[in-house]
Amino acid sequence: MSENEVYALEVRNIVKRFPGVLANDHVNFNLRKGEIHALLGENGAGKTTLMNIIYGLYTPDEGEIYVDGKKVEIQSPHDAIRLGIGMVHQHFMLVPVFTVAENLVLGAEPTKGWQLDLKAAREAVRRLSEHYGLEVDPDAVVEDLPVGVQQRVEILKALYREAKILVLDEPTAVLTPQEVEELFVIMRELTKRGVSIIFITHKLKEVLAIADRITVMRRGRVVGTTTPAEATEESLARMMVGREVVLQVPKGPAKPGDVVLEVRDLKVEDERGLMAVNGVSFEVREGEILGIAGVQGNGQTELVEAITGLRSAREGKVLLGGVEAPFRRPRFLIEHGMAHIPEDRQKHGLVLSYSIADNLVLCTYYKPPFAHGLQRNQQAILENARRLVKEYDVRTPSIFTPASALSGGNQQKVIVAREFSRPVRLLVANQPTRGLDVGSIEYIHKRVVEMRDHGAAVLLVSAELDEIMSLSDRIAVMYRGKIVAIVNAGEVDKSQLGLLMAGGQLQPA
Amino acid sequence: MSTPASYANPKLFWKRWGGLIVTTVLILAAIAYYYAREPHVTEAVLASTLRQSVPLVLGALCGLIGERSAVINIGIEGQMLLAAFIAFMVNVWTGNLLVAVLAGVFIGAVLGLLLAFMSVTLKIDQIIGGTVINILAIGLTGYFYQVGLSAKGKLNPIPLGPLAKIPLIGPVLFDNPPITYAAIILVFVVHYVLFYTPWGLRTRAVGEHPRAADTLGINVYLVRYVNVTIGGALAGLAGAYLSLEAVGSFDRLMTNGRGFVALAVMIFGKWTPLGSFGAALLFGFATALQTQLQFGGKINIPPQFIGMLPYLLTIIVLAGFVGKARPPAADGIPYEKEG
Ligand SMILES: Nc1ncnc2c1ncn2[C@@H]1O[C@H](COP(=O)(O)OP(=O)(O)O)[C@@H](O)[C@H]1O
Ligand SMILES: [Mg+2]
Repeated sequence: MSENEVYALEVRNIVKRFPGVLANDHVNFNLRKGEIHALLGENGAGKTTLMNIIYGLYTPDEGEIYVDGKKVEIQSPHDAIRLGIGMVHQHFMLVPVFTVAENLVLGAEPTKGWQLDLKAAREAVRRLSEHYGLEVDPDAVVEDLPVGVQQRVEILKALYREAKILVLDEPTAVLTPQEVEELFVIMRELTKRGVSIIFITHKLKEVLAIADRITVMRRGRVVGTTTPAEATEESLARMMVGREVVLQVPKGPAKPGDVVLEVRDLKVEDERGLMAVNGVSFEVREGEILGIAGVQGNGQTELVEAITGLRSAREGKVLLGGVEAPFRRPRFLIEHGMAHIPEDRQKHGLVLSYSIADNLVLCTYYKPPFAHGLQRNQQAILENARRLVKEYDVRTPSIFTPASALSGGNQQKVIVAREFSRPVRLLVANQPTRGLDVGSIEYIHKRVVEMRDHGAAVLLVSAELDEIMSLSDRIAVMYRGKIVAIVNAGEVDKSQLGLLMAGGQLQPA
Repeated sequence: MSTPASYANPKLFWKRWGGLIVTTVLILAAIAYYYAREPHVTEAVLASTLRQSVPLVLGALCGLIGERSAVINIGIEGQMLLAAFIAFMVNVWTGNLLVAVLAGVFIGAVLGLLLAFMSVTLKIDQIIGGTVINILAIGLTGYFYQVGLSAKGKLNPIPLGPLAKIPLIGPVLFDNPPITYAAIILVFVVHYVLFYTPWGLRTRAVGEHPRAADTLGINVYLVRYVNVTIGGALAGLAGAYLSLEAVGSFDRLMTNGRGFVALAVMIFGKWTPLGSFGAALLFGFATALQTQLQFGGKINIPPQFIGMLPYLLTIIVLAGFVGKARPPAADGIPYEKEG
């Protein structure tokens, strides 16, 4: 490209300080017209902060922003919208009880006289969704929609405001692999129509698949800019983390022992009374990892909740070490050696408003050494916290910090520290690395394999095929509430698993 | 709870409106039955039902436009009380009823602004903010109230020509004093604004997901200020109703818990103006019935028990019959801007 190319967007020397953190440290970044520019970085690298500055939500302490080569002041989202910048936030900014049409026009409503013109709003949804091939029903209420469709609504919102620059902040974190594919199609379509896209993620494969250019951030700084042609997963991971990262955790062959968890003919209903788990049986032995693969929403959540004592089953049994485990008695299970890394770490894994120290004794606070009779033993609780924070490398200002203040990866480390610091016979890990960056994923994977090697039985549920394939010793595939196949990990490849997950059959070799 | 459903699907239509239609038919049948037997008592009870419901529905409108933008107002009682007092005093000084009403509305709005300042700008706990207003109103009215003041007049019924002559309906609906008419009109105005205008859409967005509204360039603080202040004006109108229209004078603590019952009315009405109107009529009916039973002298129950009727109804309704009412998601939570 020529020396004095006019960029759709350029930022120079952006500095943003938060109390105790230099979130953006003289950041330079530019976006060409019609390109997909991936912004890659670990959690806390400062990506969202930079985007919030561009979108007018934060004011930078230093630095300049240029749109189409002209210097601009962006004081509020209003200014950003006016300049043609649209942003799809990491946590969706949709009003759940509103319809798609209402969400679309909010803040820039079409009117007839005094009146809100909802007909025109619906029309706008139809027109835009047709024009960009983003199918969505204007009258659907947002909270009833799957996340993938909600995301389309967010994109439509930006397009309705005629965004020429679209920021997508970790759009794939909440999507299933199929939805990610659909999103990529949409992104390519948008760039063909002249939209320039900043695509934030920490998933290396996605970056290589979709980006035109890649900029990597680490600890508030831009480390460098490259292209998919020049980069590999390994090189990108090294740039992100600042050291060599093992993407595939090494593990020896399993040495299965006695059966620890046995599930027999389990049937579990979901909230709507539908049979989400419909007759499932399997067992997990000491020293092995059983992975449950499947597209999200095929009953994995309900299965795990029944096993971990959070939900009653309609029929069937769960045996833990040969003893029948009661449903909805999590404490019984915990005392019999079950550890649980829940799917939703913020809702079920932590009490967000509690300190890290208190979160670390959630399963054991009532027992010595953490309690004497009715009284808490504060000293033991704090000592425990100091030791675990160090051992599990939780990055936190202090053990008194509320869990809500930690990044996702560090929250997950708190959960892992708590669960692994008890004697564990069975580990149930549901989506243990969802939303985490490579460094944290590497860490969690190592710990899980370590757990297995110490003789625990591990039940791993994940929608990430790579994760299932790299960790599991055996793989069970779940489809529509049933386990359709259990195979040894070495004996299938990714496409065969994908086929099973979609309800297909393996051809007999 | 936010938008009128589509009417295309008859099944949906009945699911949503069936209960309401059946209830209305039953109520109309009961009225017709009693009217045939005791026309004067029925007329009196119904007219009284409507008037008793006026402060409740105005209070509920105040509460709901605040809460739709996520500010809880438990100071309605105090807003009504101080407004009733000021309206009365202005009437005593000036003898001009219109000025008196406007003074009540103005004072209500000022107290609304005070609540908005405490809860939006200072981010004080909203329950405490509302309590401050209640205590302030009780203190001020108690201190400045002089026994024996009398005003020259009160707001009298204005019959609406031939409409007022229709049997039963005329005397009940078309022969009322001005604030009662105003209250009925305001129900529909607030309904229209809340569900059919951009302002209403923004208000509801701010109450459900203020950050989303903020990212779309909507001024969350401004929306809350305006709603809570207008809400205060509505509570002020309710106060003026009490001292200028219902009674014609001021008494210590004359609001008598109506500001709190109004909150129950709002919840029973699921944070909608029309629902609140229905709920207010129900509570108004309980009060009217209670009066009728006490002074009609036909049954032999101690008056204290009969007097409990409206409050009992409040408890029963709130404890059991509210159903799946869902308050605005951000209700009561101060909004913090970032960065
Ligand atoms: N509003 C805020 N107040 C204080 N610190 C913040 C705020 N937003 C972000 N930070 C801090 O700034 C750093 C960068 O965060 P962020 O931009 O969200 O990272 P990323 O999006 O790359 O994961 C983190 O250390 C984070 O804790
Ligand atoms: Mg982020």
